[in-house]
Amino acid sequence: MDFNFNPEQLQFADALKRWIGRDYGFEARRAIIHSQAGVSDAAWATLAELGMTALPVAEAHGGFSGSAVDMFVVMRELGRGLVVEPYFATVLGAEFLRLGAQAGFAAAELLERVAGGELKLACALGERQSRHDLFDIATRAQASGDGWTISGEKKVVIHGFEAGALIVSARAGGSEGGGQREHGGVLLFVLPADTPGVTVTGYRTLDGQRAADIRFDGVQLTRAQLLADEAAGADILDATLDYGAALLCAEALGAMEALFEATLDYLKTRQQFGAPIGKFQALQHRMADMFVHLEQAHSMALLAAVKMAATDPVERRRAVSAAKYRVNQAARFVGQQAVQLHGGMGVTDELPAAHYFKRLAAIELQLGDSDHHLARFIAQPGFATGVVEAEAA
Amino acid sequence: MDLNYSNEDLAFRIEVRAFLDAELPADLQQKVRKHLRLSKEDSVRWHKILAAKGWVAPGWPVEFGGPGWTATQRHIFEEECARAGTPQIMPFGVNMVAPVIMAFGSQAQKDYYLPRILSCEDWWCQGYSEPGAGSDLASLKTTAVRHADADGDYYLVNGQKTWTTLAQHADMIFCLVRTDTGVRKQEGISFLLIDMHSPGITVRPIIMLDEDHEVNEVFFDNVRVPASNLVGQENRGWTYAKYLLGHERTGIAAVGRSKRELAFVKTLAARENKSGLPLIEDPLFAAKLASLEIELMALEMTVLRVLARPNQAPGPEASVLKVRGTEIQQALSELMVEAVGPMALPFDPAYLEGEREHSLVGDDEAAPLLAHYFNYRKTSIYGGSNEIQRNIISQMILGL
Ligand SMILES: Cc1cc2nc3c(=O)[nH]c(=O)nc-3n(C[C@H](O)[C@H](O)[C@H](O)COP(=O)(O)OP(=O)(O)OC[C@H]3O[C@@H](n4cnc5c(N)ncnc54)[C@H](O)[C@@H]3O)c2cc1C
Repeated sequence: MDFNFNPEQLQFADALKRWIGRDYGFEARRAIIHSQAGVSDAAWATLAELGMTALPVAEAHGGFSGSAVDMFVVMRELGRGLVVEPYFATVLGAEFLRLGAQAGFAAAELLERVAGGELKLACALGERQSRHDLFDIATRAQASGDGWTISGEKKVVIHGFEAGALIVSARAGGSEGGGQREHGGVLLFVLPADTPGVTVTGYRTLDGQRAADIRFDGVQLTRAQLLADEAAGADILDATLDYGAALLCAEALGAMEALFEATLDYLKTRQQFGAPIGKFQALQHRMADMFVHLEQAHSMALLAAVKMAATDPVERRRAVSAAKYRVNQAARFVGQQAVQLHGGMGVTDELPAAHYFKRLAAIELQLGDSDHHLARFIAQPGFATGVVEAEAA
Repeated sequence: MDLNYSNEDLAFRIEVRAFLDAELPADLQQKVRKHLRLSKEDSVRWHKILAAKGWVAPGWPVEFGGPGWTATQRHIFEEECARAGTPQIMPFGVNMVAPVIMAFGSQAQKDYYLPRILSCEDWWCQGYSEPGAGSDLASLKTTAVRHADADGDYYLVNGQKTWTTLAQHADMIFCLVRTDTGVRKQEGISFLLIDMHSPGITVRPIIMLDEDHEVNEVFFDNVRVPASNLVGQENRGWTYAKYLLGHERTGIAAVGRSKRELAFVKTLAARENKSGLPLIEDPLFAAKLASLEIELMALEMTVLRVLARPNQAPGPEASVLKVRGTEIQQALSELMVEAVGPMALPFDPAYLEGEREHSLVGDDEAAPLLAHYFNYRKTSIYGGSNEIQRNIISQMILGL
């Protein structure tokens, strides 16, 4: 067993760390999130230059064929830096494209543009009624002529406004009523964001990110824009959501680590009653509990990243749902306690701690909250019979 | 033992309810129920409606304009207001400085300030905390040095207060200031009433994590305060401050408000869809909701037990109510967010401020909830943090 990162992974982390320290400090980030665009072209260019956009893309398409563990390293640093650029949305889109390509979709050109940093992606999956169940899809795709017509509305699409192309889930026409949440009948499409009939309404989220509501009114798509048909759609959606959840766990870990360090520092410096507040045992124990949460979350985030390579999807789902659940728990505890231990300072917009707390709360709401993943964990085959795997990887 | 309210109490409840039905403006009620931000005008409007009825200061003795209610009646009134969704009466004048003025102030101070508090002529704020003095309040450094000239005796005040809630609206601030540096730190503190329009005062906003402007820093640079604005005796301020803290024994638990919020979570959970079923039917969510409802029932019984005790002086039991009350409020704010899931993410300040009728994402109920959750982290910090409350419980009640 080897828990070490390889030299390339460490290099990626290091490069990100240096860039964030130099160009993406708290004040620089504040300027970005309050700017009209909410994201920074310069930051994006740097991410591309550092090879981050190429990392997850296959070598055949100009990338580095990075694994989920490679991405773990990257997302953790972006979490530490509270980076708000549309990187995660793009990487998630690229995973759709990668899996779609395996099922026969012509993804080469799109992936090359992603690798080169020329194309940002967003994944339009969630709807008003779907909450965390992204198989609950009411958006319709009707076969028309040689292609498709899609109609529906996607809600809170992360970085939907910034993306050049959208990945959209839709339900194949015909499977009415009770079919809305079935795994069969899921189609995935890729389309340019400026396709006629697509309306994108962008806005800010309170954690400093951007999101959008996206309406599709009888949008005409060609056969070539179908990323996955009914046979492949559900599995690709499922696998990509797991990939995304695993990456969010890594981002949350980075955010928690930074927040933990800032809080520890505060406990050692803030004086009340003639002593650093870290001398009060009540706070020492709280800090110790935060540390325990952090270690557990760290382990589970790693497990999820490693298990993305599992051949058995049940194994992958178990690991990812367990990880997202556990990381969500830690994110809430560490986030809330960090604010509490900072006292009044903790609830101000001026303090980085408050922003880490907000980002952690938002991560809880993305790609499955605790209840969602707990229920999914319970629903996996083998749960009731009490079989627990012995080996970690 | 009889856990029922008396007939008089029940009749009183009906009277209060009828009044609220008739007098609470619908737009204010909607703002409160939807967790939107209230303006100064909103607060003042409701204050004046209650004042006209003689109900704005339930805790005041009749001689100063209070309604003469029993503790139980006050509790019923609070509960009904919370249930209906009234704006909160700003506590700084009515519940904080007024009792101190009544107990320790000069006749002139009583005659001048108390009627103005009732009529909301002055908006008060509380100047206790300083950058270096939060939980350890007695270490405060703002100084007041006594002088005299042809115009009379006065104090020159220098220093800085912080976390001053809604000081941007305030006409008056009651401050703890240091008047003697040569004694034990609790013994050199005085209680001063300061006109916020005095030269030398600067108010700087602090923006909170939900991007609301709720607190401020207040700077005093050679501010001249007439000596007649000293409350009670010089260097006795700590005694008055302690009298003020925890003067409100049971309202702090906010049971009424939490009951309304619990009902709100249930409405959300009945409306929200989880894989085709109402969320309220999801066992995981229902279990969390139920356990919170049970905690709230326990808190309500605890409040009633405290109320029933003859001892009227504020006691350390207030700490039990503060800790549990705020934890329940916070847990409710978490469940609200969980109930609407990703729909809580969009941020629409114009809607929160009432500048837009509907939220831009089209879910008016979900839109304010994440901001509300973030904002409510303050409740376990201010007014003596929950850690400090636990210290009080372990020292004053448990003798540890
Ligand atoms: C929204 C808001 C509104 C406020 N409004 C007002 C106002 O209007 N007027 C006013 O005067 N003040 C106001 N306050 C200030 C408030 O009373 C203080 O924030 C509070 O007393 C905590 O002080 P602090 O922020 O300096 O935290 P600190 O005292 O620095 O505490 C930091 C952490 O250490 C913990 N801690 C400190 N001492 C101990 C101990 N002995 N044992 C265990 N743990 C300890 C605290 O619980 C906290 O978790 C407000 C605060 C907030 C957040």
